[in-house]
Amino acid sequence: MAQSKDEVLAGLAALVNDETGVPVESVVFGKSFADDLDIDSISMMTIVVNAEEQFDVKIPDDKVSELKTVDDAVNYIVSAQS
Amino acid sequence: MTQPILKQAVGSPFTRIISVGAARGDLVVPNDDIVGPIESSDEWIRQRTGVISRTRASASVSAADLATSAANEAIENAQISASEIGAVIIATISNDVLTPSMAALVAERIGATPAAAYDVSAACAGFCYAIAQADALVRAGAAKYVLVIGAEKLSDYAKPTDRTISFLLGDGAGAVIVGPADEPGISPTIWGSDGGKWDAVGMDRPTREAFEDRDGEFPTLRQDGQTVFRWAVWEMAKVAQQALDAAGITAADLSAFIPHQANMRIINEFAKQLNVPESVVIARDIETTGNTSAASVPLAMHRVLAENPELSGGYALIIGFGAGLVYAAQIVRLP
Repeated sequence: MAQSKDEVLAGLAALVNDETGVPVESVVFGKSFADDLDIDSISMMTIVVNAEEQFDVKIPDDKVSELKTVDDAVNYIVSAQS
Repeated sequence: MTQPILKQAVGSPFTRIISVGAARGDLVVPNDDIVGPIESSDEWIRQRTGVISRTRASASVSAADLATSAANEAIENAQISASEIGAVIIATISNDVLTPSMAALVAERIGATPAAAYDVSAACAGFCYAIAQADALVRAGAAKYVLVIGAEKLSDYAKPTDRTISFLLGDGAGAVIVGPADEPGISPTIWGSDGGKWDAVGMDRPTREAFEDRDGEFPTLRQDGQTVFRWAVWEMAKVAQQALDAAGITAADLSAFIPHQANMRIINEFAKQLNVPESVVIARDIETTGNTSAASVPLAMHRVLAENPELSGGYALIIGFGAGLVYAAQIVRLP
């Protein structure tokens, strides 16, 4: 079922927090995973796999490298759900 | 005219790993020694990979030398004569030459002639592939004892400036003797390949191309870390579970979990996905040995047993996975 951007953001923030300890309130639109949140590529992949399960979407390997910001990830998930 | 009936070999109904031997590179290479060309730091490598140092071999030491040392220890621990070995199988991707095999050389050096001798090319899954073959050879009566070795000198294929895999790589060899047993000691092998990810990890260029490009560089290893990480954890967790199911046991029945030592992050996430209980010893040899591809599982097994001798006789889940992509997993009774 399609979720709103804010719902996806909240879920994604929880996944990021689970994997890296980054506070959920820091995971907001406009932030870069690597540069702002200091999330490395391995943690990013763990977040991606967990996001696939939580949001019931597929995020191919070649797409992961394009998800550089919170906006990229939320937009991709929302569009994949619809 | 009545056709005579062919004789066909029949071996032992059960097999096990009887002994293990190990040889690591003679040089301890800490992170600080390799961070310069990759503009990195000891902290970055530890955090990303769990590696503190790796063992590498001196220029004069070959993978075959390491294999010979490991093999001699395994033979001695098995209390058999080298002449009783019917086959020598070496899993490797770092033989000095395309042919002849490293196995023929090592068989000669250890006095196992005229044993059948051949190499297996299945990268980091090579040792577990070779265990599958050894188990089958002994049960089929093709050999009484099989010497299985994983041997690598990966420092020859590491590029100092590569940030994808080279800084992880170490040199070493682990060897086991597989032979007949009174009770089951090697479970059915769950193995396979996914050539759709042929490019995910391997050499950065074909050998001939490097040869013809005289100003170019020798081929070295590289990987797409994210693709390999996802596959190595989530897909391999399914394979490991299939191996447990095929063996008829659960993770709670294990004494040790000995996955290929690719990266500590993979090992930790793998154990989490597999719900390995806290009572199970998890091999983390990568911390001070590095990633030694086909040698990593037997080296890690050797260390687990050296540090926890009481685990002898217990069950261990071994799983190898790597370039191909290829994978193989078994449950074995620890020697």
